[in-house]
Formats: sequence, structure tokens, C-alpha cells
Amino acid sequence: MNPVTDIHTLWTTAAEAPGRIPAPHIEYAQLSPTLIVFGAAIIGVLVEAFLPRRHRHTVQLLLAVLALAAGFAAVVGLAAGGFATTKAHLAAMGALAVDGPALFLQGTILLVSLVAVFTFAERRLDPASHGKRVDSFAAQAAAVPGGAAEQAAVKAGFTTSEVFPILLFAVGGMLIFPAANDLLTLFVALEVFSLPLYILCALARRQRLLSQEAALKYFLLGAFSSAFLLFGIALLYGYAGTVTYAGIAEVIADGTKQIDPALAGTMGNDALLLIGGALVLMGLLFKVGAVPFHMWTPDVYQGAPTPVTGFMAAATKVAAFGALLRLLYVVLPGMRWDWRPVMWGVAIVTMLGGAIVAITQTDIKRLLAYSSIAHAGFILAGVLATTQDGISSVLFYLAAYSFVTLGAFAVVTLVRDAGGEATQLSKWAGLGRRSPLVAAVFAVFLLAFAGIPLTSGFAGKFAVFKAAAQSGAGWLVVIGVLSSAIAAFFYIRVIVLMFFNEPKADGPSVAVPSPLTTTAIALGVVVTLVLGLAPQYFLDLAGQAGTFVR
Amino acid sequence: MENLIALLIAAPLVGAALLLCGGKRLDRTGHWIGTLLAVASFAVAAVLFTDMLGRATDDRALHQHLFTWIPVGGFHADIAFQLDQLSMTFVLLITGVGSLIHLYSVGYMAHDERRRRFFGYLNLFLAAMLLLVLADNYLLLYVGWEGVGLASYLLIGFWQHKPSAATAAKKAFLVNRVGDVGLSIAIMLLFTTFGTFAFAPVLDAAGTAGSAGEGKVTAIALMLLLAACGKSAQVPLQSWLGDAMEGPTPVSALIHAATMVTAGVYLITRSGALFDAAPAAQTAVVAVGAVTLLFGAIVGCAKDDIKKALAGSTMSQIGYMIMAAGLGPIGYAFAIMHLVTHGFFKAGLFLGAGSVMHGMNDEVDMRRYGGLRKHMPVTFITFGLGYLAIIGFPGLSGFFSKDKIIEAAFAKGGTEGLILGGAALLGAAITAFYMTRVMLMTFFGEKRWDPDEVHPHESPKTMTIPMIVLAFGSVFAGGLFSINEAFVHWLEPVTSLAHGHPPFGATVTTAATVVVLLIGVATAWLMYGRRPVPATAPRGSVLTRAARRDLLQDDFNHVVLVRGGTHLTDTLVRLDHTLVDGAVTGTAVTMGGLSGLLRRLQNGFVRSYAAQMVGGAAVLVAVTLLMRGV
Repeated sequence: MNPVTDIHTLWTTAAEAPGRIPAPHIEYAQLSPTLIVFGAAIIGVLVEAFLPRRHRHTVQLLLAVLALAAGFAAVVGLAAGGFATTKAHLAAMGALAVDGPALFLQGTILLVSLVAVFTFAERRLDPASHGKRVDSFAAQAAAVPGGAAEQAAVKAGFTTSEVFPILLFAVGGMLIFPAANDLLTLFVALEVFSLPLYILCALARRQRLLSQEAALKYFLLGAFSSAFLLFGIALLYGYAGTVTYAGIAEVIADGTKQIDPALAGTMGNDALLLIGGALVLMGLLFKVGAVPFHMWTPDVYQGAPTPVTGFMAAATKVAAFGALLRLLYVVLPGMRWDWRPVMWGVAIVTMLGGAIVAITQTDIKRLLAYSSIAHAGFILAGVLATTQDGISSVLFYLAAYSFVTLGAFAVVTLVRDAGGEATQLSKWAGLGRRSPLVAAVFAVFLLAFAGIPLTSGFAGKFAVFKAAAQSGAGWLVVIGVLSSAIAAFFYIRVIVLMFFNEPKADGPSVAVPSPLTTTAIALGVVVTLVLGLAPQYFLDLAGQAGTFVR
Repeated sequence: MENLIALLIAAPLVGAALLLCGGKRLDRTGHWIGTLLAVASFAVAAVLFTDMLGRATDDRALHQHLFTWIPVGGFHADIAFQLDQLSMTFVLLITGVGSLIHLYSVGYMAHDERRRRFFGYLNLFLAAMLLLVLADNYLLLYVGWEGVGLASYLLIGFWQHKPSAATAAKKAFLVNRVGDVGLSIAIMLLFTTFGTFAFAPVLDAAGTAGSAGEGKVTAIALMLLLAACGKSAQVPLQSWLGDAMEGPTPVSALIHAATMVTAGVYLITRSGALFDAAPAAQTAVVAVGAVTLLFGAIVGCAKDDIKKALAGSTMSQIGYMIMAAGLGPIGYAFAIMHLVTHGFFKAGLFLGAGSVMHGMNDEVDMRRYGGLRKHMPVTFITFGLGYLAIIGFPGLSGFFSKDKIIEAAFAKGGTEGLILGGAALLGAAITAFYMTRVMLMTFFGEKRWDPDEVHPHESPKTMTIPMIVLAFGSVFAGGLFSINEAFVHWLEPVTSLAHGHPPFGATVTTAATVVVLLIGVATAWLMYGRRPVPATAPRGSVLTRAARRDLLQDDFNHVVLVRGGTHLTDTLVRLDHTLVDGAVTGTAVTMGGLSGLLRRLQNGFVRSYAAQMVGGAAVLVAVTLLMRGV
């Protein structure tokens, strides 16, 4: 065949007149968690348009809480109905999976988001501006920082109550992401939750320039990585002639059976599979913040409003690891000896890189950002086990880690001085003397991060390392434990700083939050301790949820 | 009947708990509670003894299994007791002498404000010592072994306000620790070799050659010997016993003369089958015994402190027992017999010494005694009988038991037998010398004390009664034991018995013993009886001065062990500071530096972030392709 004929064939086959477009079959009940959240988001937009400003905050908060709670109830209902185990199947014409991991992760995301909404709605930490209580978000996002319009907006007591529907849209995308069962749905879901996050990052009330810079960086790098992901999807389509997970897996396992005439030159070409697979993985590794695709993490975590940082750090990680698990366990298990070595390498540099660079950080939010990178490495170690235990240990770790992270960032919002949140580590010196309770709670979270027994961090780390060791990667566990030792240094350093250093005279004070943030922090502590003291029930739950539908 | 065994230990244990936890409300009655419980234990022992005599010879051992202590897979440890003839002998000695010394202490400690605690410790000691001799396995024996060590430590340092007492207690504890390590290693070896701790299976297996290999059995036996050396103050772990005399005198009598220090002899006799299977270890045992019996005797000659002179004597007498135990079946029974008679006369001598000190304002220097026989007649008579017994005056206890050991030593045969027998005879001569010296310096000659300051007087009844009872034992026990070799046959089922073949008849040995005894006594009389004893010690010969310093044992330990140990520690500390800390801080510094370097990658520019991502993607793709290529 000559190239001219090729192109001709492509044109003619692509341009063939469609017959009747078949109406897709949608299982609404099984997709209800996602649908509820998206529906509420749309209502939220309408609320912004039609409700008077003074009511919006309350209504939006209620709406978001209700939607997330209802979504969680729907997840529980589906799981109780057996969709996590025996009735697991592919819904919406094979685009979305309804199975154990999907439901477990969706439930985690919904709970985490519910707690995050509490921190979003907190209005008592910032001093009242012109007699009106304000939250962490900019008065008017479109106003130029420092300009007259901004001053007017602040004076008018505006708040950006749009954050709630934006958050709900992001949550909706995150719910689809780990359930996506074809590459296009995966990509769409990625964009659906990424775009709202870019906006949320730019909305800080204080240090707006830093916040906008963070959002722009996140957006640029996110778009960049999306391009890689999309390119990888194209190559995989070229290899398999399909974008469904099951279809690609079948081609990998059995070789090509039916050659699509339009793709005759590329189908079954392993180079496409390998390159495409690597690029799709890269797109997901960017989202989980693995080295060397982590560069956005510290800058964005630092610049974003702290409640958003907490939400991102917790929920995005859950969603992205969910998608990564499904991709590796459903699409690519047949070629695990191709991707495992390189992913081991990624896990190692992620664990070590995150832990080592965190040592010299001077800002608490950046410190937590590098900590999240190191944790991404630990979770990767579990992901790479490629066993049933690997799946369930990662599910457990994600649930445990997300609550610790949310709680930790919620505590960060409390420590304030005249310039807003005091994120400089040096300012935290002696915090334990002034506010023993807050410092003690933060210490609990730090110990959980460090993986000290009796906290959820230990149970999670033990589970993933055990799974990794049983899969034959004992040396990976050794490196993981060494990284944990390095990481323990900077976690404990903060504890030492808080409890054993003299407080500074002009140090920050701890603001008294409303019950919203208090609830969020308290939930974080409770989950951390419960999962640490009695992890077995939840490990069993994750174990039952550990089978992917194919 | 076997259910009574636990009661033997329980009585003093309850006493210890009551007295140590009971608080001040027991201050006024505590000493009587302690004494009563010790006597109760003795009463139980007497009942058990009568019962045992009523049964046939090979049916005399009793066993009591209380409960399983540690059941972990193949590791099985029981709390179980075994009361056979050997244990019975010890139980009677411990509870009998123990009760007497409790009674004595009522008078001796009358004015001590921590008397209740003292009796609590004494009861604790009794319980631990009984556990030691009643255990039916090595692990439980070890519990008792450590228990008596603890009680000994607490009682040596009872007057802890005196720095010398505190130091002595610490020294005893540390030196004993060396021996204890030996015992624990021996027990571990026993378990790995035989798979059990219990006496019966271990000793049965040790007897059948080849089951364990002589090398292993020798190692076990040598470790047991090390343990015995520590507890029984044998060379080279003897240095603590002299200092242990810092404790109250009843303690010296009970623990550091009659009972605890003989635990080593018990251990070796109990493990007889192991030693019989390891001739090399047996040679080591007799060597240790022979050296110590001379060592202790020489030290005893030079001491002016009455208790330290007696301590040297104890060391020497236990040397006899250890040597006898090392001789094997021809010696075990005589070792135990000498142990019992020694328990009587040495306890009596110590109590006598305590009585003298009691009347002399706690003066211990014999050069400040003299002519006390008129002032304390009961003490003089009982001490004198003990003296005659220990030097082996014909017809008294020590004569029968020591004579048999000397005979057995010669019966070992060959050059070894001659050396051992010669050493034992020489030891007997020196014993006669130093004991006569103690006797003369204390009770005879001119008084060397100031009548204005010191008013020697006889001790109260609570003190003299035990001395009198012990004196009866010193006089008659040996003779009673030797009627038809009663004692030896009584022990025979446990220790086995063989008659040696001495190179010359028993009469020759006995005659020789009596002759060297007379030489020793005569020499002492020439030196200390015929001419006045100087109130301050003369400079003396090199040997005398060395003997006064315990034959330089402390100097040796200090130079070799303490200084060597300190040097080793210093070196290790320096290594720790440079190498270990260096490695640790070096790692930290390296990590910090690495962190600083890697941080620079995070320069805030999106363009370089994007470039790094491209690089990362390229590596990812390249490595994936490469893995397939390889």
C-alpha cells in the first residue's frame, strides 16, 4: 500500500455516513453518587445566579454537605447491594466500572470532601472585614490584586461562594476518575476535576499574587501533562484499536485478533504499547505527585488557600491513585515485567526525593507538600505489588492518609499572625507552650505521617510494605523504611520545635475556629486513632473491596 | 505429703512479703514474725524428713508440680520441686541454721531501727535458698540462684550509710554476676543439647556416652564450675567474700558461711553425672578446690579482723568441698557431709565472733581483744568447740568429714592424688595454725583493750542459745553421721558412691592428719601464745603483707580487669564518638547537603519544571523500551 491509498482509506472509512445513533444504556441508580454530586453542582451555579448574596454562603454550604452526604449514602447503598463484590460490573456502556475499588475510593473521596467543605466554610479565623465575616477565599476573584476594584469588593464584604459548586464539580470528576474504564473517560474525568482545582488554587484572600502564580503554574504544567497523557492514549489506541481497558488488555494478552483496516500498520506494534503506556502512566504520576513529575506540588500547595490545599492533597491523591491502580491492574497486567522496573525506580526516587528535600524546608505548607510526595512513593510501593494485598493495602493507606492530611492542613489554618496564616516554621517555635491542645493534635498528625504505631499511618505503611515485601520487592521495602527514617526526622523536628523551644515574643497566636473546622480536625484525629488502634475492620473492608471488575 | 514442699518456700516468702510491704505497723513484732515463719519452715522440713525416713531407700524422692511456667512450643519450663535426700539435707541445714540465726538476730539487731527490713531480707534469703535446692530443673534453680544473690547484696549493704558496706555489696554483686553469666550460658547450652531443663532427663542423658558429645558436656560443666566459683567464692572469683563481712554478723554466719556460699557445691554435686562425663572439667574442679583451700587458709593467717580471718577460713573449707565434689563418686558424699558439719561449726564461730563484737563495742580487730575467756564464758566455750571442730580435733565433727576428704583425695590415685592429698594435708596444718591464732588472740593472753572504754560482757539469751545449739552440732554431727557410714549411705541414691583405693591405709591418713594438726597448733602457740601479741601489727614478711591484702587479688583485679575494662570502655566511647556518631551526624549532614542541592531544582520557574517533566517522560519511555530490549 502506498501512503496515498492509506489516507484515502482513512478518509473514506471515517467519513462513512452514520446510520442511526443508538441511545446509550445508562444505569442511573448505579451511577447515582456521581450524578447527585454533579446535580448539586449545577444547582449551586443556579443558586449563585438567583439567590441574594447574603443567603448564598449558607445555602451553598448546606447544598454541598447534603449532596456529599447523599452521595456517600448512595455509595454505601450500592456496596450493601453487592455491587462491590458479586454484582460488580461495567455501567454506562462499559465506560464506568461499579466495583469494589471504585466504590471504596468514591466513598473515601466523598467523606474527605465532606470534611473539606467544613474547612472551606470556616468564617471565624480571619478577622471580620468591615463588619462582615469572611472566609479564606478572595472577595472577588476577578479583581486585580491590590487594585481599586479589590478594595471595593472587600469593602462591600463580597465572598466567593462559588467555591462550593466548583468544589462539587471537582469532586464529581474525582468520582469518575478511579471508576473510568476507558481511556477517553479517564481523560475527560481528569480535566473535569483539574479545571476546578486550578480555579480554586487562585482564590486565596491573602497573598493573592502567590495564589494566582500557583494556579497558573498548576494550570500550565497540568495542561502539559494532559498533553502527554492524551498522546499516550492515542498511541495505545493505535496499538489496540480500542480505548476500553478490557479491549486493550485483551490485545496485550492474546495478540491482535481482528485488525481494524484503518490501523493495519500500527496494531499490535509493541513499541506503541510501551511508549503509550509510559506516557499514560506519566500523566497519572503527575497527578499523584511522583518524582520527577512533582515539581508543581510544593509551589501549588504553598500558594493555594490552605483549605484547598488540604482538599487537593487528600482527595486528588485518592482519585489519582485509584485511576493508576485500575490502569495497572486491569489494562497492563499482561506486561507487568515491562512497567514494574521503571515504576520501582519512580517509587524509589519519589520516596527518597520527597523525604530528603523536606529536610531543609522552612515553610510548613511546603514541608507537608514534600511529605505528600514521600507518601506518594510509599503508596506506589504498595501499588507495584501487583497482588490482591497490594490493592487493599493501597485502598487502606489512601483512606488513612487523606484524613491525616486534611486534619494537618486544617490545623495550619488556625495558626495565624497579623499577615494571615503563619506558615513560616520558625514562627511555630514554642507553640506547644501557648496552645498545648492544638500542638498536641498537630503532633498526632505528624506522628501518623511518620508512621508511628497506634496511629493510622503505621497501619497503612505496614500494610503497603507488607504487600510489597510479599511480592518479592524486599529491597524496595528496605528503601521505603530508610526513607521513613529520614522523613521521621523532619516530622519529629516540628514536634521538637513546638514543644521544646521557647516561644517567640512576636509569635503567632492560635485562632479559635468555629465548630466547622473543629469538627474537621476532630474527625481527622478520631479517624487517625481509630485506624491506628483497631485497623483490622477497615483492612478487612479494603480487602473485600480489592477486586477490579474487568 | 509432697504438697508440703511448696509450703517450705511459701512460709519465708510470705514472711518477706509481710515484712517488706507491711510498713511501720510491723516494726514492733516483725522480727518475731520472721523468726516464727523460719521455724515453721523448719517444722515442715522436720515432718517431711520423718516421712522420708519412713519410706524405702529408692522411694524417698518426692516431686511436686505446681504449674507450667512458660509453655512456648518446644520450650517448656515448669514450676516443679524435687525433694530427694540431697535436697532434704540442704533443707534441714538451711531451715535449721536459718531459724537459729533468726533467733540470734533478735538479740543482735535489737537496737537497729531497720530491724523489720533486716528480717524481711533474711526471710527472702531463706525462700530463695530453699527454691534453689528444691527446684527440679536448672531454670528454676537459676531463679533461686539469683534470688540468693539479691538477698546477699541487700544484706551485705544493709548498713548502706557506711560507704564501705555499699561498696562491698556492689562488689559482691558484680563478681557474682560473672558467675551468673556462666550459669545462664550453661542453662542455654543444656537446653540446646538436651532439649530440656529438668534434672532427671538431663542427668540420665549425660550418663549415656555419645548422646551429647564430650566437648559439649565439658563446656556445660566448665560453665557450671564458673557459676560455682562465683557463688562459692572460689579462685578466681573469690575476691568478694572478704569484703562481704561488712554485712551484719548473722548475715555472715548464715549466708556467707553456712548456706549460700555452699550453693556451688550443691550445683556441682547435683550435676554430678555431667561432671562424671567430662573428666577435663573434673580436673578443673579439683584444681580450683585445691588452690582455693590453700589460698583461703593463707589469707586467714594474716588477717587481724576476726570476721575476715573467718571469711578466709570459709573460702578454704569450701575449697575442700569443691575439691571433694571434683573427685567424683568417691567424693560427693563427703563434700556434702563436710558442708553440713561446716555449716554447724562455721555458723557457730561466726555467731561467737558476733557475740564478741557485741560485747566489745563492735570492735573487730583481734589485736584489741585478748583474755576474753573470763568475761564471756559461754561464747568462749561454744567458740572453742567450734574451733576444735574446724581444725579437725579427733572425735569432733570436722575431724570425721575433713579426714574423709583427705583420704578421698589420696584415693584419686597417681601423682594427681598425691598432689591433692598433699594440698589437703597442708591446708589442714594451716587451718590449725590460723584458727589457733584466732583463738589465742581473742580469748587468751593479756587484755589489749582499755577497761575504761570497753566493758566486755556476755550476750543475751537469744544470742547464746543458738550458739549452744550449734556447738552441739559441731561436736556430735560428724560422729553421728559416721556411724556405719550412715550419712554416706543416706545420700547414696542421689550422688552414687564409690570407694577409692588410697595408696596407704586409712589409719596412716588419720595419723598424718593429726600430726599436721598438732604442728599447726604448736606453731601458732609458739608465735601467739608464748609471747604477747603486739597491739599494732608488725610490718611482717612479704608473704604476710601480701596475705593481708588478700594475696593481692584486688590489686590484680584492679590492674587487669578494672583498668583494662576502663581502658576498653574509654576506647569504645571514643570509637562511639568518632565512628558511630561520625557516621550518624555524617549521614545527617550528607542528607542535609543533598537536600540543599536538590532544593535548587525547585527554582520556581515553570519552564524548568516543564523541562524536567520532559526529561522524566523521556527516561520513563526509554527505560520501558530498554526493559523490553533486554
